[in-house]
Amino acid sequence: MLAGLLLLLVCQLLGEWIVLALALPVPGPVMGMVLLLIALIVAKRVPEAVRMSAEGLLRHLALLFVPAGVGLMVHAELIAAEWLVILLALVVSTVVTIVVTALVLKYLTRNMDMSGGK
Amino acid sequence: MTSFWVYFAAKPLWWIIVTIATFIFTTWLNRRVGGTPLLHPVLVALSLIIVLLQLTGTDYDTYFEGAQFIHFLLGPATVALAVPLYDHLERIRKMLVPLLIACACGAVTAALSVIAVAWALGASESTLLSLAPKSVTSPIAIGIAEKIGGYPSLAAGFALITGAIGCLTAPMLFRWLKIEDDAHKGFALGLSSHGFGTAFAFEFSTLAGAFSGLAMGLTGLVTAFLVPVLIRLLGL
Repeated sequence: MLAGLLLLLVCQLLGEWIVLALALPVPGPVMGMVLLLIALIVAKRVPEAVRMSAEGLLRHLALLFVPAGVGLMVHAELIAAEWLVILLALVVSTVVTIVVTALVLKYLTRNMDMSGGK
Repeated sequence: MTSFWVYFAAKPLWWIIVTIATFIFTTWLNRRVGGTPLLHPVLVALSLIIVLLQLTGTDYDTYFEGAQFIHFLLGPATVALAVPLYDHLERIRKMLVPLLIACACGAVTAALSVIAVAWALGASESTLLSLAPKSVTSPIAIGIAEKIGGYPSLAAGFALITGAIGCLTAPMLFRWLKIEDDAHKGFALGLSSHGFGTAFAFEFSTLAGAFSGLAMGLTGLVTAFLVPVLIRLLGL
């Protein structure tokens, strides 16, 4: 468990370094995810310690968004001034985006054999 | 009594406990009412905490001194997404080209549609520019907003609201469009609603979660390059 957490943090740190060194517009953790994926592909398996830490964190992923979400209170005045426009734009755009993405993906994979994939 | 409160509130530990306890309560509440996305545990929890902060006159910086220790875990959690991705690697490899095309279509739609609607309704320019990167995960949204001249902190907030809207509307949209494959559901959720959607997708299945994480990563990359170019093309 501890070794798994350590590996996750090391990947994140390496990710941050690479992003900084190459001036990439991507956050370090996303680069860290890519690094860990490459490591797993090379190792051809997921070590038990890594799986335990990873699944423990991902099971509570929703909780981790609460602190950032509370930050909305800082923008209360700005949001109060244009809330209707913002809400309409976000709702319409999010719905259209989900529809476009899901339909494009469904259409492009319609002839694929998906048996045994689950 | 008042000074006792101040003593407690100044301790970072207090706000960690408040955040976790509130979230456990709202998760329990959500289950009690049948898991409706309208009372999504994250939305209810952050509303309750905002009310508590207002009532006690606590500012966000003080709250974040404690809550940052929870926030910090988003980093390793993002790295951890590699595990479900690896578990479903075969499936992803088989679908790679459709996934990349869907990602490009979705990311362009997300940025263009939000700018179009907000512009048509007369939003101010700084709002427009803060809205543009709303479909990507907060840390990337902050970087993009800085680059194109929006408010970074506002962009992060919009990204969170977008995530909530995605979770609220997605189950209905999937039923309406007859999207039955968990991989498709997860990918659409992760693309439109980033980490928030990914957390939600894990409630469908780990397959949906893995595809959602993949979509989140890909969309972050695509949008980071695309939005600054789009903004220049639109002359904003």
